[in-house]
Amino acid sequence: MTTKIMTIEEIVGSLESGMTIGIGGWGSRRKPMALVRAIYRSSLDDLTIVSYGGADVGLLCAAGKVRKVIAPFVTLDSVPLEPHFRAARQNGTIEFAEYDEGMFMFGLLAAAHRLPFLPTRAGLGSDVTRVNPDLRTVRSPYDDQEELLAVPALALDVALVHMDRADTRGNGQYLGPDPYMDDLFAKAAGRCYVSCERLVDPGKLDGPPQTLLVSRMHTAGVVETPNGGHFTDCGPDRTRDEAFQRHYASSAADPEAWTAFADRFLSGDETAYQEAVQRWHEEQEGKAR
Amino acid sequence: MSATRAEICVVACAEAWRGDGEILAAAMGTCSILGARLARLTFEPGLLTTDGGAMLTAEPVPFGAPAGPVEGWMPFRDHLWLVQNGRRHVMMGASQIDRYGNSNISAVGAWERPTSQLLGVRGAPGNTICNPTSYWIPRHSTRVFVPKVDMVSGVGYDRAAELGPAASRFHGLGRVVTDLGVFDFGTADGAMRLLSIHPGVTVEQVAAATGFDLVIDGDVPETRQPTDEELRLIREVLDPRSLRDREVRA
Repeated sequence: MTTKIMTIEEIVGSLESGMTIGIGGWGSRRKPMALVRAIYRSSLDDLTIVSYGGADVGLLCAAGKVRKVIAPFVTLDSVPLEPHFRAARQNGTIEFAEYDEGMFMFGLLAAAHRLPFLPTRAGLGSDVTRVNPDLRTVRSPYDDQEELLAVPALALDVALVHMDRADTRGNGQYLGPDPYMDDLFAKAAGRCYVSCERLVDPGKLDGPPQTLLVSRMHTAGVVETPNGGHFTDCGPDRTRDEAFQRHYASSAADPEAWTAFADRFLSGDETAYQEAVQRWHEEQEGKAR
Repeated sequence: MSATRAEICVVACAEAWRGDGEILAAAMGTCSILGARLARLTFEPGLLTTDGGAMLTAEPVPFGAPAGPVEGWMPFRDHLWLVQNGRRHVMMGASQIDRYGNSNISAVGAWERPTSQLLGVRGAPGNTICNPTSYWIPRHSTRVFVPKVDMVSGVGYDRAAELGPAASRFHGLGRVVTDLGVFDFGTADGAMRLLSIHPGVTVEQVAAATGFDLVIDGDVPETRQPTDEELRLIREVLDPRSLRDREVRA
């Protein structure tokens, strides 16, 4: 069997403007940031981003890549509000389909199972229905006749997920406490790209079988991106880089500081990013001494 | 022992889960999280509580402590399934809340282009329509207690009534605990009622900090004091670093 190994540039080069792209992880946890950073640098635009959102959404909004966000929240967890997303909303530069968290999961489940919708009570009575006037309800065909919200399938052109481990065939493994919805993103997408902290040979994904989250049958390409989830929380290998996340958040909240941040960290490729982060940490340690 | 305002609040939050039995006590905010764990350690031992993440801990753990031994696993997907299943009582925060308990954590101002984008609705719509829901609001003010919330994230009693009996049959708001007092919706039309005021707080003070007319029935009692055992558990076991005092000033 041939491998599915690709480069970051090959993966992002296969994407097209106008696509609907699902991004795995949750808030500031196990986000495929190396791929997000590559989209940030790319010429893509007019994207629809589907995400339990964190800095992935923020960065792409900041770069003007986003036409529409579909999300139940955008947060950095330990920093509650995402400055770039806030700015994009407050300046009116993006469309926003705001879903309840459970609705959003049902939308992914529907797409993953090739259903047009799934019914739920979540969302009924709230302003989610007011701000998403295209949402419809459906009446139970059984005796109860209950009216439920019909969450439309969140069908994705592409899903991007970040795994702790993957093999060269594209099987993905998570080793942290939560799979998030990454397997659903993979199944809801026409094609899924997996980035991983460490790439291994087939048969070398050690650990309990239930950690094998994404199957190669859903994977179009895989790339090893060590620390590629940075600065989000990544499994047992790397916890969230809280100091750097604070630096990101404070920079993102101020246009001048953001220009400096983008020049320093986001003007080169992923290798340059990782080196710049390393140097930043050395500087911080120097200051602390 | 004399209790601080924060400790009064922790116990008032704990009381939200009294009588709930063997369900998940989901909590957001320091005093609320401490309250859930305190309830489990005292009068509601059947409750399930988390480490703040995906682990259901075998015993209630101190605030911010690692999970230690676990008795269950509840990643986000299962948590969201549990919302639909219903064996859960959540105590949420709110940036705005109105007379009927509609709450907003999404955005302030016109939704189309908000003056302040907040978190997004998160799980609030599903929580309120599927689970018993209470609220913990550390700073009671007219900024939070508003006549009308800008974006209904959590569903209140007027909205639930409009949905009719089928869709709203699992809707139910418990109590609202703030740094000033305790409130419920035990009125004929589900309007918010002042249940008790914390020691040192006046009814006038609460009314002035509330941007709508509260239902106030006769003499309002004081919120109960923590027992000595509750104070010991809060101070020595659950929150020895006094993180509760950062949320509610002494």
